[in-house]
Amino acid sequence: MIARLTETFDFHGQALLLRAERQRVIAGNIANADTPGYQARDFNFATALREATAGRGSAGGIAAAVMRSGGRPAPTLRYAVPSQTSLDNNSVDMDRERGAFADNAVKYESTLRFINGSVRTMLDAMKSHHQA
Amino acid sequence: MSMLRIFDIAGSAVSAQSQRLNVVASNLANADTVAGPDGSAYKARQVVFQTALVGRGDQGEAAAGVRVSTIAEDNRPGRRQHDPRHPGADAEGYVTYSNVNPVEEMVNMISASRSYQNNVEVMNTARSLLLKTLQIGQS
Repeated sequence: MIARLTETFDFHGQALLLRAERQRVIAGNIANADTPGYQARDFNFATALREATAGRGSAGGIAAAVMRSGGRPAPTLRYAVPSQTSLDNNSVDMDRERGAFADNAVKYESTLRFINGSVRTMLDAMKSHHQA
Repeated sequence: MSMLRIFDIAGSAVSAQSQRLNVVASNLANADTVAGPDGSAYKARQVVFQTALVGRGDQGEAAAGVRVSTIAEDNRPGRRQHDPRHPGADAEGYVTYSNVNPVEEMVNMISASRSYQNNVEVMNTARSLLLKTLQIGQS
């Protein structure tokens, strides 16, 4: 019963962790925009979320395969294909990184709102009908 | 908590870029320096960036920050100008100036300032997202 109550939180929690992880990866790319030889990295969010939530359902637990010991998701990082070659072998495309960063920030915030919404729904359901 | 690492990453980048700005400032300040009695004028300096890991690598929390690995000196010969009346002139009447190229330095400065701003924005975004995360469950 309790597992059912927290099922939604599990999913959105995984999504939030992955969003935070992606934000961190993109911040690393932006920080290294002027480093010679640095290759920009990113991961496919949809695949990572599918992998992170794949083990749920039967056991009801968190998928262990893609989580490290610290409970952090570890998606597979891939190298970005540079849109323009540069002489110093740096493949960070600042326009793309800025766009991805803003996009990821908005989606992080929307995940937060989903969590807040389900928290509020659950609190409302638990209230007695005498209260407003 | 991977969002907290963003401050380390962007912080390392901001500090590296400000070091680059420092070097540019010192180059520009010495753009018209003439050679001293030993005959060698100021040499332009350039920072070299390198990816540096921030955070603990053993727990998978390491992230790609940046640091200045070396400050390289530019060894191109300095600008020479014929001016026999100048106190710094050599036996042939030539004055050797520093090898700073002001145009290159200005471009370098703009690039450093843009990167600095980008990283400050990254920090601001991470900060506001974290503050909103703290408010989960509060109406």
